[in-house]
Amino acid sequence: VAGPEHSSREPERPQPGPPHRRAHTSARDLERYSGLFAARTQVMRSSAMRDLMAITTRPEVISLAGGLPDTSTFPPASFAAQMTRIAQESSAEALQYGPTEGFERTKECIRAVMAAEDMSPDPDDILVTTGGQQAIDLITKTLVDPGDPVICEGPTYPGAVPVFCSYEADTHQVEMDADGMRVDELEALLDRLEADGRRPKFIYSVPSFQNPAGVTLSLDRRRRLVEIARDRELLVLEDNPYGLLRYEGDPLPPLYQLDGGDYVIYLGTFSKILSPGIRLGWCCAPPPVMEKVVLGKQAADLCTSTLTQYFVSEYFDEGRWREYIGSLTGIYRSRRDAMLDALERHFPNQAEWTEPAGGLFVWATLPDYIDTADLLAKALRDDVAFVPGSAAYADGRGSSSMRLNFSGSDEDEIREGVRRIGKVVWDQVALYETITGEHRIPRPVADPAAPAREAEGAASNDSAEVLPLRRRDGER
Amino acid sequence: MKAAVLAGGRSLERGVSLRSGARVEDALASLGHDVVAVDPGADLVRRLNDERPDVVFISLHGPGGEDGTVQELVEILDIPYTGPGIAACVRSMDKVVSKHALRAAGIPTPDWVAFNATAFRELGAADTLEEIEARLGFPLVVKPARQGSSLGVEFAPSRAEVPEALVAALSYDDRVLLERYVKGRELAVGLLDGDPLPIVEAIPKQEDFFNFEARYEIGRTEYVCPAELGPDETAAVHEAARRTWELLGCEGFARVDLMLGGPDAAQEVRGPQVLEVNAVPGLTDTSLLPQAAEAAGLSFEELCARIVDLALSRAPASSAPA
Repeated sequence: VAGPEHSSREPERPQPGPPHRRAHTSARDLERYSGLFAARTQVMRSSAMRDLMAITTRPEVISLAGGLPDTSTFPPASFAAQMTRIAQESSAEALQYGPTEGFERTKECIRAVMAAEDMSPDPDDILVTTGGQQAIDLITKTLVDPGDPVICEGPTYPGAVPVFCSYEADTHQVEMDADGMRVDELEALLDRLEADGRRPKFIYSVPSFQNPAGVTLSLDRRRRLVEIARDRELLVLEDNPYGLLRYEGDPLPPLYQLDGGDYVIYLGTFSKILSPGIRLGWCCAPPPVMEKVVLGKQAADLCTSTLTQYFVSEYFDEGRWREYIGSLTGIYRSRRDAMLDALERHFPNQAEWTEPAGGLFVWATLPDYIDTADLLAKALRDDVAFVPGSAAYADGRGSSSMRLNFSGSDEDEIREGVRRIGKVVWDQVALYETITGEHRIPRPVADPAAPAREAEGAASNDSAEVLPLRRRDGER
Repeated sequence: MKAAVLAGGRSLERGVSLRSGARVEDALASLGHDVVAVDPGADLVRRLNDERPDVVFISLHGPGGEDGTVQELVEILDIPYTGPGIAACVRSMDKVVSKHALRAAGIPTPDWVAFNATAFRELGAADTLEEIEARLGFPLVVKPARQGSSLGVEFAPSRAEVPEALVAALSYDDRVLLERYVKGRELAVGLLDGDPLPIVEAIPKQEDFFNFEARYEIGRTEYVCPAELGPDETAAVHEAARRTWELLGCEGFARVDLMLGGPDAAQEVRGPQVLEVNAVPGLTDTSLLPQAAEAAGLSFEELCARIVDLALSRAPASSAPA
């Protein structure tokens, strides 16, 4: 039933029929396909977590599990104006393939972002990538043979684990404290590997406001890390998505700046300072490495979206990008404060957590008898979600920790979400103590007639609100 | 004919349910039915009333969809639905209830003790752990009473691991079982209208011993169907499954999971030991019942057609066992 506007000019436009989906895969088919899988595919793991995460998409769930920046405050009018300008002035080019390395104009924007952290790379050292994630993939693809050691922080960015796995890297994780990666432990690990005649290809680090731990590598350790890389001729892969999202304190120099770009490969992204939807990131590497990485990029996708590169150029030409980051940091700072405040209020004092000076995440650690993957199941019954800590390790550690995101939810949601998680943690702590007979901590019961508990701690049983829910400072 | 496929829901097995549901939708569509997919939520009754399907295909797993809740609603609306009726769902979902029924009927099931969180919190249940451990031995299996897909199933190799295993299992349900471990082969028997299909054996890769993730991933658990069993063993396993089906009053289709205690298993748990009944077994690419049906020469479409026929032929409001 065509309306008047669909008259004679469009006579019979073929419409797609109903999806002709294959009926099903038989068990035999599965066997057949699985016989074709590469060895590296066999080690790629999906997870039960992913199934549990299917529930977090329901609207009633408060998800502190994501890593989403808040894109709701980006002005639609400005977006529309920029895209219109592109359509009017550069339509053909913006719809065309572009150079594999990325447009020079994009590289100027990247140089502007890096200059804000006191770095000034040669434009020829920059490769524009499809998000920072592709850069991790390309570098690993370029450097790692199956079985090669790769070193990263423990915990590390959960999205890096499957990359290292898919290239069959032998992933080693170095513990962290409030000052980031323990470089003394890194050196010990390097010595052990060297004694075994093994040479790690690179050390992956998120030095500022680390995902997921929220901690920042101190200046001393930054200097030492760069020295280690130089002395041992190893590469450091510095992933710095959050450097400009600092809520307090003085900025620290990126490793790339300290090293001058000889042994440090730098990864950046527009995802957290503008939009993850445009899938635009970059890496800076020394020319011999870059040459190979560019070939890898060519094989992977020829070039990064030209359309979004045009968008970024237009956006930077407007000259308000720093202002926008300023507004984001204001929003995130309040959300972080709300989360820290709620943790203080609702988590038991057997829990400890980091206090990030920037970025998007808080890392909380519970007593070791609580497995946070199981806890997630219980939390989901109360409509709240987080990322279980084991996702941030390649070796099953981290099972009593969790990552909490504060950028993707508003303050009320954060408070309520943390309150709900706190409740299930309390439940499990109390249960464990009942089972083992360790009544160390009285429950915050609203029961005034609990005389038996008085002896244990007179100050602790007034009510849930005044319980001294102190945080244990991990290292300090 | 118009069929509503219920898949999704808010149980922890939502992901599995959606995968089962998608396959069922495709199969029913290729059989020429008019298919609507419904993800049950607050609007479930309204949607079913609006759609008025001729049959409801329930592809929901876990509490809510497999425990009689949804079945009750659909029955009130007087729409035929697939799988077991309300009473069988109630009895199957809760392992404590089904194990009591099994024991009373003389169908072998591993010895167990069940507790809820309140027993620990308010009644000092922890003080009985020593006796329980003496009675059931180690390793001890700890599992939530109402949860499918091995979620929350923990193994406690010794005393020290028991409290942690209890806390983990109690994350999934307020009631848990401590069960005697059966050393043996892991078997599943799908039944269609009370008739057992070929037996499936799950052979986990060593490090994935009874792991939820391994169940749903290609290549991490090897499935053999029909399982390589002698005629006597096959008959004994089929018999246990059939009796369980009848005892719980299953209808349509269901799956009985068992262990076949080997010669090195404890004396009490040799031979077939029924662990649990799944009133709505998984129908994903890697699920066991479809594999068993295939081994019996029944394609997935034929399986779905049969399940729908059984739903339609069932007398209305037939929640009571035959």
